[in-house]
Amino acid sequence: MEVLAMSTDSRFSHKIWNEVELSKMVEGGIPFPMLSDQGGRIGTVYGVYEEAAGVNIRGRFIIDPDGVIQAMEVLTPSVGRHVGETIRQLKAFQHVRATGEATPSGWQPGKPTLKPGPDLVGRVWEVWKPEMAD
Amino acid sequence: MAKEMDSCVKPAGGPLVAKPAPAEGVSPPKEEVKMAMARVGKEAPDFEATACVPGEGFKNIKLSSYRGQWVLLCFYPGDFTFV
Repeated sequence: MEVLAMSTDSRFSHKIWNEVELSKMVEGGIPFPMLSDQGGRIGTVYGVYEEAAGVNIRGRFIIDPDGVIQAMEVLTPSVGRHVGETIRQLKAFQHVRATGEATPSGWQPGKPTLKPGPDLVGRVWEVWKPEMAD
Repeated sequence: MAKEMDSCVKPAGGPLVAKPAPAEGVSPPKEEVKMAMARVGKEAPDFEATACVPGEGFKNIKLSSYRGQWVLLCFYPGDFTFV
């Protein structure tokens, strides 16, 4: 899996931010590419460019090996993301892609999956309970 | 061959549409090129952007060059901001 971070800052700003600040949070600085979208043209296509402020708001996209967007999440600027939830979703999408099964609410690796088909209609309650979402 | 130098201004393709570039000296047509918006279940709109790649310096990066891998694309408001 490759992470690509993108903002409207220049690549020069990315470099210095990583060197002077992020490297104090993550040893050695962040290891993934930081992309520049000056002008917000890419953010516009992804629906995250905020014209009044000239920035891209927090948008997160999970893109599969075929280049298809499997998930998107967009937040206004003052609330940060939850990395654990992103990883959970990524593992669920990888599992679904590998097995053709479906993952119920709150699924984690190792938990039961659903096998959609005529036999499961009206009987999900037998194999899945709300407390399994925790 | 001389090592390629970075400069203050470096063009990158931005959003990429499957349309041939207009010939040199010919002004592009006035109509806006309609670009598909990002949606789940649809192909991610391709782009090319300048980037800072830790350990490798500055490079242009194209989304479509990551085919075959899972990609987590994260937009954020700005370097040196608070959240």
